Amino acid sequence: MNLREKLAAGRFVVTCEVGPPKGVDITDMRRSAERVRGKVDAVNVTDQQSSVMRLGSLAGCVLLTQWGLEPVLQMTCRDRNRIALQSDLLSAYALGIENVLCLTGDYVTLGDHPQAKPVFDLDSVSLIETARQLEKGHDLAGKELKGSPRFFIGACVTPEADVLEPQIIKMDKKVEAGAQFFQTQAVYDAGRFADFMSTVRHIKVPILAGIVVLRSAAMGRYMNEKAAGIRVPERLIDEMDRAPDKAAKGVEIAVRTIAEVKGLCQGVHIMTIGQEKRTSDIIDAAGL
Amino acid sequence: MKAITRQKALAEIERMLDGNSRVFIVGCGTCATMCRTGGKAELLDMERKLTNLGKTVTGSVVIPTVCDALDQQAVAENTKAIEEADCILVMACAYGVQALALYTDKPVYPALDTLFMGQEMSPGVFSEVCVQCGECVLEWTSGICPLTACPKGLLNGPCGGAKNGKCEVSALKDCAWEVIYDRLRKQGKLGNLKKRRALRNFAASAKPGTYLVDSKDDQLK
Repeated sequence: MNLREKLAAGRFVVTCEVGPPKGVDITDMRRSAERVRGKVDAVNVTDQQSSVMRLGSLAGCVLLTQWGLEPVLQMTCRDRNRIALQSDLLSAYALGIENVLCLTGDYVTLGDHPQAKPVFDLDSVSLIETARQLEKGHDLAGKELKGSPRFFIGACVTPEADVLEPQIIKMDKKVEAGAQFFQTQAVYDAGRFADFMSTVRHIKVPILAGIVVLRSAAMGRYMNEKAAGIRVPERLIDEMDRAPDKAAKGVEIAVRTIAEVKGLCQGVHIMTIGQEKRTSDIIDAAGL
Repeated sequence: MKAITRQKALAEIERMLDGNSRVFIVGCGTCATMCRTGGKAELLDMERKLTNLGKTVTGSVVIPTVCDALDQQAVAENTKAIEEADCILVMACAYGVQALALYTDKPVYPALDTLFMGQEMSPGVFSEVCVQCGECVLEWTSGICPLTACPKGLLNGPCGGAKNGKCEVSALKDCAWEVIYDRLRKQGKLGNLKKRRALRNFAASAKPGTYLVDSKDDQLK
């Protein structure tokens, strides 16, 4: 069964992410992928994450397929106009990739090529619509396609956004546009996440809670201060502070959070940011 | 709406003027005066700097608006000083430089970079107000332009990048979509946010170098 079928069957799914290398040496990426093979249901490949130029997500997804993993193609609107995005969607399908996560993308100046031209011809909502339009056999110009793709379309939502209502309005628009699953920004507080899930209970597509594994108390403090839509409770920062083995504590907190959110949503999306060994530790310890 | 400008670095102006020992300077009495980039005071300052670089300033004039036909009269009134110069250094927006070029065969050089169409929020603080998209959306965005105030120009609501009400691009910028949301909520018009918006038509925006032949013809050429 693939990701779509597992979610349709009501299975609790686990996804994680790998970042392609900056360069063409895919050794580490392959090692990361092989660590989670058989343990996760699908693996997201990030698209120039944080606006830092690297090997592409489409190539990364094809490699994952070759290595026996099911990929989720992350696509942002930052670097490509509607012609390139549609073309890449068709290319992805032709190469056997069906899962697509449609994102707006970070702004260009946040990355390592701050002088590049920002595109944002489409946005996350219209990218979802675009994928749907291609499925119906026509491109955005209304021209007929020779053979149409079929995608499993994902989107992102930020449950801990400072101002939640416009996020939820946009989430509704993503569902209307054709989103079939959500992967959320990081969740640390299961109580607050339960409130969020209650607020969006009218949304009938599966939601995978984002789990970002803490490496240190400083990382928690840094994210609270700088990262948008992430709120790490002080009690977790204290726990990290006191722990002699930070890595083990980060894994323990992730496992506990997964146990707490498991009854609330349809899966988890684990982000270890370059430390995929911990993804497999978490999955083993969480009994997923 | 004013053309907001910034003076180029002196080193760049010096490079542009290389080989030109005699310079006539034009300033602008409107936008560049407001921006303090090409008014009377800045002209005098530029004259001093060019003199220090060993150049001769043959004359200077602040034209009330460099971007219109007043240039013709100003050029006529300063014929002698302009004739004596190797080139004209224009301390006005890019439009001003191009307008002046219509009325003189002398080389014209821009002393300013034109940044955006904006307004002065407080003395010396300028804010972009319009990207000239050609499809005004202010009707449903409570008078805040998301194409201008949101760096990504999003039409379907906020990305996930705002922190404490500020944009991911700059802590000085409010998240445009949080401001729009707030205003629409107070106006009882959140329904405006719930509509999915059609893709932007970039063919409607007049760039680059597009022109409208006359106001009765609504086709951009």
